[in-house]
Amino acid sequence: MIVGKREAWTGRVFLVLLMAFTIVPFISLFVTALHPSGSYPSGLEWPSEPRWGNFADAFRAAHMGDLLWSSTLIVLGVVPVSLVLATMAGFALGHLRMAGRHLVFLMFVLGLTLPFEGIITPLYYLVRDMGLLNTRWAIILPLIGLFMPFAVYWMRAHFINLPDDLSEAAQLDGANVWQLFWRVHVPLAAPAISSLAILLFLWTWNQFLLAIVLVDDPAKRTMAGALGAFQGQWGTDIPLLCAGSLLILAPTLIVFLIFQRRFVSALLQGSVKG
Amino acid sequence: MTSPSTGPKPGPGPAGAPGRGRRPGLRPGAPAGLRTRWWVGWAFAAPALAAYAVFVLWPMVLTAQYSLYQWNGIGPSTWVGLDNYGRVFTDPELLDTILNAIRLIVFFSVIPVLLGLAIAATIRRIAASRLAVVARTVVFVPQVIPLVAAGITWSWLLSSDGLVNQLLSAIGLGGVTRAWLGDLSTALPAVGVIGAWVQLGLCTLLLLAGMSRIDPALYEAARLDGAGPLREFFSVTVPSLRQEIGVCVTVTVISALASFDIIYISTQGGPGNSTMVPGLEIFYQAFSDREIGVASALAVVLMALVLLCVLPVQRLTRERP
Repeated sequence: MIVGKREAWTGRVFLVLLMAFTIVPFISLFVTALHPSGSYPSGLEWPSEPRWGNFADAFRAAHMGDLLWSSTLIVLGVVPVSLVLATMAGFALGHLRMAGRHLVFLMFVLGLTLPFEGIITPLYYLVRDMGLLNTRWAIILPLIGLFMPFAVYWMRAHFINLPDDLSEAAQLDGANVWQLFWRVHVPLAAPAISSLAILLFLWTWNQFLLAIVLVDDPAKRTMAGALGAFQGQWGTDIPLLCAGSLLILAPTLIVFLIFQRRFVSALLQGSVKG
Repeated sequence: MTSPSTGPKPGPGPAGAPGRGRRPGLRPGAPAGLRTRWWVGWAFAAPALAAYAVFVLWPMVLTAQYSLYQWNGIGPSTWVGLDNYGRVFTDPELLDTILNAIRLIVFFSVIPVLLGLAIAATIRRIAASRLAVVARTVVFVPQVIPLVAAGITWSWLLSSDGLVNQLLSAIGLGGVTRAWLGDLSTALPAVGVIGAWVQLGLCTLLLLAGMSRIDPALYEAARLDGAGPLREFFSVTVPSLRQEIGVCVTVTVISALASFDIIYISTQGGPGNSTMVPGLEIFYQAFSDREIGVASALAVVLMALVLLCVLPVQRLTRERP
């Protein structure tokens, strides 16, 4: 295909504009974070003496260490369990194809578009009755359930395209279904599982609604939930708030930059499938 | 999303035939290639089903049940029938939240999809260049950070001392500067801009990925027929992208109707009620005003509204066999 010179240039200009539109907000956030704490800088202005110490102050003020630990615990509680449950169910629906699978699948599909706000009120009373309010379990357990529609949908899509011969061959070797699942199918599903893991990590880490409703103590919330509390406390000190926001969004950003290829393809596929 | 094969109809071949269950793998043409007992599949699906049933399906039933009572969350509840729904549709404070959510679709969905289409079409031919590879990473960042962080960032940009006003003054539009999120007439569009910023990158990349799958021969044929870039866009690009457009619209419409994080952080629904959306109103009704019944009725309406908007989009944009 021949690319016209003018076309290529308009393309580049558009790309740069799009990138600028995406990045400039962060630059504004960054330079503002360097101004003296408590001052009122204007939107994009390099300070006369950058106060790098603001980041350290915000780190302490936001109890970043505790937050990282708390978010990590929540992710560790949600993601591995969700992956195992969803892979097993996807295997049952897509490969074992048991009787009644269409009904089960339809029930999961029903949950795909569910806004979390739709069930947050009963969820609060449910979690309260379980005695789990204000513990990390209050976020972990409901999230596992809430992720099931998408996760099962995702894993089923993998298993439904798998040829049957594979299992037949393994079964001739005398493996039972449980062994077959763990030794043959889980390793084969690794790419689908790892993409799903990335998506679930992101959605857990950024979960806000469940965190603010079900857990009062910011130190037991997810990173995003804690940011809400941080804003409530430091909302008037703009440089400190900017520094804190940057710190709180840094972990996802770093993880994203490390695994960017997987992330981009997982997110693109994720929205296509979702 | 729902695909044509999701209905509870029998699979291919004689799957629906009687006598299936024990050893379906033995019959030629049966859907399963595995010789297992009938309950094995159920055993594999059971843990996921249980988690889903306890934390999603059961709360859905409870929401519907709560919506028929007046209850403050502590004392006894009183049966009120459909009164709470009556309030949702007549009380302007509640009805406005639904209208606001629908208005937000313009910003969260229509603008990102249209702009994304235009941008993707413009950069389609240089999609493999170095610059485009960098851009792929950069424009994804808004999807990766917590929405709460996007809310805080943009609250600062749109504030009276923020970058937006600084830029406007610089180009001689100092007269229109204001605290965009605090002004009754601009708060909703300002919140919408935040949503558009979050969704634009995802839409652009999804559409670009779709465009890369279009057969180049189609474009060459259009060029040979003398079609200009605009004609090419409407006769080749847009029709071929039906499915991708459907995905973008679905994802962004849900994010508009179910918006919570951005608005909670940037305006809390104010000034007045000008940016109040159902998600936030449910939160306030249930946890500040202790009107569990009203909150639940609004929740049921919100869930229905999402389905009502998403199902037609799915139907329209699905690939025909």
